[in-house]
Amino acid sequence: MNSEIQILRFTTAGSVDDGKSTLIGRLLLDSKSLYFDQLESIEQISKKKGFDYIDLSLLTDGLKSERQQGITIDVAYRYFSTPKRKFIIADTPGHIQYTRNMITGASTANLALILIDARKGILEQTKRHSFIASILKIPHLIVCINKMDLVNYSESVYNEIVQNYQDFFSKLDIHDVRFVPISALNGDNVVNNSEKMNWYNGGTLMYNLENLYISSDVNHLDARLPVQYVIRPQTHKFGDYRGYAGKIEGGAFKKGDRIKLLPSGFMTTIKAIEINGKNIEEAFSPMSVSVTLKDDLDVSRGDMIVKENNVPVISQDLDLMICWMDSAYLKPRKKVIIKHTTNECMGMITDILYKLDINTLHSIKDFEDFKLNDIGRIKIRSSKPLFYDSYKKNRHTGSIILIDPNTNATIAAGMII
Amino acid sequence: MNHIDELEAEAIFILREVASKFDNPVLLFSGGKDSIVLTRLAKKAFYPAQIPFKLLHVDTGHNFPETLEFRDNLISNMNLDLVVGYVQDSINKDPSIEEKGANASRNSIQTITLLEMIDKHKFDVAIGGARRDEEKSRAKERFFSHRDEFGQWSPKNQRPELWSLFNSYKSHGEHFRVFPLSNWTELDIWNYINNEELELPSLYFSHKRDCIIRDNMILAKSDYIKLKESDKIKEMTVRYRTCGDMTITGAIESIASNTKEVINEISLINTTERGTRADDKRSESAMEDRKITGYF
Repeated sequence: MNSEIQILRFTTAGSVDDGKSTLIGRLLLDSKSLYFDQLESIEQISKKKGFDYIDLSLLTDGLKSERQQGITIDVAYRYFSTPKRKFIIADTPGHIQYTRNMITGASTANLALILIDARKGILEQTKRHSFIASILKIPHLIVCINKMDLVNYSESVYNEIVQNYQDFFSKLDIHDVRFVPISALNGDNVVNNSEKMNWYNGGTLMYNLENLYISSDVNHLDARLPVQYVIRPQTHKFGDYRGYAGKIEGGAFKKGDRIKLLPSGFMTTIKAIEINGKNIEEAFSPMSVSVTLKDDLDVSRGDMIVKENNVPVISQDLDLMICWMDSAYLKPRKKVIIKHTTNECMGMITDILYKLDINTLHSIKDFEDFKLNDIGRIKIRSSKPLFYDSYKKNRHTGSIILIDPNTNATIAAGMII
Repeated sequence: MNHIDELEAEAIFILREVASKFDNPVLLFSGGKDSIVLTRLAKKAFYPAQIPFKLLHVDTGHNFPETLEFRDNLISNMNLDLVVGYVQDSINKDPSIEEKGANASRNSIQTITLLEMIDKHKFDVAIGGARRDEEKSRAKERFFSHRDEFGQWSPKNQRPELWSLFNSYKSHGEHFRVFPLSNWTELDIWNYINNEELELPSLYFSHKRDCIIRDNMILAKSDYIKLKESDKIKEMTVRYRTCGDMTITGAIESIASNTKEVINEISLINTTERGTRADDKRSESAMEDRKITGYF
């Protein structure tokens, strides 16, 4: 019945007045994913606050402090589905002081939704959100030119904004970009086609969300299985059983494939691939499987299973873009815990190369402090070799987080160059 | 992969991550549908080995009898290791924690018993079946949610959670709550129950029951509810969408008698699942307030 439904994860970023919450509310409302009791509850609160409209942002702002201030601070996840797809929205704040929350939302997204107010055109914030999508290598981008009702649904206003966006966008590393003129408030081109913009025939926002091709978003070429957990039943029936469990983070593995184990370098053959004890012929990303091997070798968590003719980089030196997420400044020679796939080790910041101006993407070589929300390029030396790909090639084997060994806080997100 | 397979793969990844990174995990088992799904996922994640952790039920003493019967059958059929924390034991230690009056419930005292059990058994992570689609403060939860030495949640100061790289570091005395079903919706859960042919307590399906209608909620008549003079008892055909205490869990009128009919029903229904829960209706931030002190 539901065999064709895929999951599309998308992120939105926005600030108070750009209509982001209204758009999400509209998507939920028009796809019939908003419930009567939710609507009733926000209707009452809107009335209590003296608004003469229903404040749809009350739906997404889940914490008391956010509702009091009327702003989104932390990422909120929302869900809706249509007969074609299940959607997971990571709804994030748009202001520069919450860059780390935007990065968090963007890290798992297939698609970024960018909103432009038709009256204002491209703002610094529009560029910032686009840059973040590009740095995080989100494969698809939909740019909604919102509030078309306030510019008389003008085709020329729309065309000018699209043209300006394309000029600036040529610098970025996203290849699938679409534009949709909408009015979130009135519902034009959100779920239903607008009768007021007959000059536009690119499909509604929902049409694009439901139909854009996402199957090639994961890496299909480079087979990677980071060993997560070793299943050893230690029962009579399964005496010698050793299942190497983990999530396929790229490519595909088949029964009978010749594989190489990292870091040992030993080669062997896949005996079976199982999900819950059932054999499957082929496993691909993002399946969670358990594999058994022909030979009895020493394999543990943090090791990686790859194909013998396609191995990742094996190195203790990492060159990466990071977003700094801690209130203490980043300093050279700082010791950190590196978490990469299922592997963990100590590391040291060996060099800070430059900071990025997130509004222009210019690199700043001459800076005083590397602060919370700053993005830049650094080098790290790890205490043992890691097996990685560039983030551009594989978002799973090319990403790391840094943890402060003293506070246990997550202090940086890193993308390997 | 369809969406249910992808959600299953994600949840299994998280359960294996918990088993790898913590010394003494426990799975919170209420006998409700989400914890039944979670138990199935744990079975799959470690097959053919046994589930490598215990299950914990916080028993308020106000459960539906169907739930307890179901729980005991499941535990013995699957050969699981269950520990039970009794809210009554916490009340015996300090009777002042018990609420009084007609709408009294033991819902918030569960937190006290839960934290006592975590302390007593030295559990360092509790795996729960909470979902982000249930409620607005739960929409802000992480998969790996840190709790301080008092068991408290700090919603404004959560660790960023990137890709599927989960930070499980903590200091002594602190613990984690982990929610493998974060990205599932009520409908996903029911589709999974249908696909896996999971058994559920009978109260999830249509049945006849003596009910009281109070504050627009259909409550089951039971020894745990003090009747008000205005209460009228009426036999109704109902089922439950969630499975909390008898004192706070509202039923819905329904003729859906199997999983397929339930799936059809909730595809068309226009109220949320937690809309049947009096514990969430006490204030606009009822869930957030309870979660901060250590509720599930």
